[in-house]
Amino acid sequence: MTEEIIIAGFGGQGVLSMGKILAYSGVMQDKEVSWMPSYGPEMRGGTANVSVIISDERISSPIINTFDTAIILNQQSLDKFEHSVKPGGLLIYDPNGITHEPTRKDINIYKIAATAKAQELGISKVFNMVVLGGFLKLKPIVDKQYIHEGLEHSLPQRHWNLIPQNEEAIEIGKGLIEPVQTL
Amino acid sequence: MAKELKLMKGNEAIARAMIASGTDGYFGYPITPQSEVMETLMAEKPWEDTGMVVLQAESEVASINMVYGGAATGKKVATSSSSPGISLMQEGLTYLAGAEIPCLIVNVMRGGPGLGTIQPSQSDYFQSVKGGGHGDYQLYTLAPASVQEMYDFVFDAWDIAFKYRNPVLILSDGAIGQCMEKLYTRDYIPRWTEEERRKNAPWGTWGKPANRPHNIITSLELESSRQEVFNHKLQAKYAEMKEKEVRYEMLNCEDADYIFVAYGSSSRIAMKAMQMAREKGIKVGLFRLITLFPFPTKQLAEVAKHVKGILCVEMSAGQMIEDVKIATSCGVKTEHFGRFGGIIPTPTEVLEALENKIIK
Repeated sequence: MTEEIIIAGFGGQGVLSMGKILAYSGVMQDKEVSWMPSYGPEMRGGTANVSVIISDERISSPIINTFDTAIILNQQSLDKFEHSVKPGGLLIYDPNGITHEPTRKDINIYKIAATAKAQELGISKVFNMVVLGGFLKLKPIVDKQYIHEGLEHSLPQRHWNLIPQNEEAIEIGKGLIEPVQTL
Repeated sequence: MAKELKLMKGNEAIARAMIASGTDGYFGYPITPQSEVMETLMAEKPWEDTGMVVLQAESEVASINMVYGGAATGKKVATSSSSPGISLMQEGLTYLAGAEIPCLIVNVMRGGPGLGTIQPSQSDYFQSVKGGGHGDYQLYTLAPASVQEMYDFVFDAWDIAFKYRNPVLILSDGAIGQCMEKLYTRDYIPRWTEEERRKNAPWGTWGKPANRPHNIITSLELESSRQEVFNHKLQAKYAEMKEKEVRYEMLNCEDADYIFVAYGSSSRIAMKAMQMAREKGIKVGLFRLITLFPFPTKQLAEVAKHVKGILCVEMSAGQMIEDVKIATSCGVKTEHFGRFGGIIPTPTEVLEALENKIIK
């Protein structure tokens, strides 16, 4: 099993931390992982993205240009990465702020209205975990118990009291994701 | 601290390895993309635990001279920077090599020339192995290709530095520095005690006992005949490194028709391109350099006898390729492919370059 993922959105949406929690959960489950961020002067307030690879084998390049899954959280990222999903791959997007829907016909497309749901429930801080939950529903590549350990390792100890809220958000995401186009 | 499994950035791994390998001091000045090295050291506060000194100097020039001063006493002293900062250190580096002072320098390369960009690059190969400073000197140069190697090579660096009384350079780049991967940490090696330091660095300026002459650390010798003898001694040391300390990795080279030669993050991209090529039925191998000096000349020459072409992959305009051509005596078709100025090539681009520049 090798899953190559791009997570992309605005800086501040928790894109990098979502990737880190996913990667750390993979580490806890004894997978090979890599987490490669875009870094540079454009990050603050601009777009942010991270490539995460989780695999049973030694990972060759942490730098990749095609993906099994793209998790897209704004229009710029959709424009940039829709064409990078491998044929037959998976595109997940949050419809918040999306004006041009994805157009590919050769991939599976799901949407998750995580921004709206998180605002409605007053849990905007764990918005990214709602999205992660949606992804894990479709591709359960790491087990629940390891997600817990991944959260413990990713969050500073003073924030461990927030872990149950993060886990609830993941569960909410699992129920929220809906198909737009399946092959 | 015991062995642990962690997820961390390459830069953080460098810092943690410094603490865990019993490093006595770190002097540095912040620069992207390696600032996490000092950030991690400052956050970990090793001075409270192991007694390691961590100091932000006023410049890179100051840092490298602090390294000179500290390391001349036989202590394990390190610095890190990125390309423009390493350029500022070149005078210090040739003095360190000329005074035979073991120390560790980490370069997390970014795009140049000049201030360039903050994105990853590999265009400091010439500076690293052909001598960025003046005089006939060499830095033992390690090129890590993973976060685990960023960590492990710090330990290896201390062994080599003290075995040969020579500065060691870890030549990395922004991609490996910023990338997070899993890492097995090691048991801590305690810092040397005074007795251990005197035993391991009998040449150091740690105080003169009555039973031996002064230890003098200098790179100055006004008598040319003595300077020539000293240069021969250095060359003998480098020859011994070439004989005993060459490191490389070969993947799928046995049956390969073509090989990539690469190091650092380019070797990871080339590995992916190799897998893509194999899926298409093209027999491609990867010869990964781990030491850039000493260069695995003989080993590469041996592999090159059985292949139809070599593509050198480096995030530069083509620097390493010169040593590849020397190793193979230009006996096989050899081309360079690279992106530079902070652009990272994709595996697809590397495979296309192989098909267009070598196979076609």
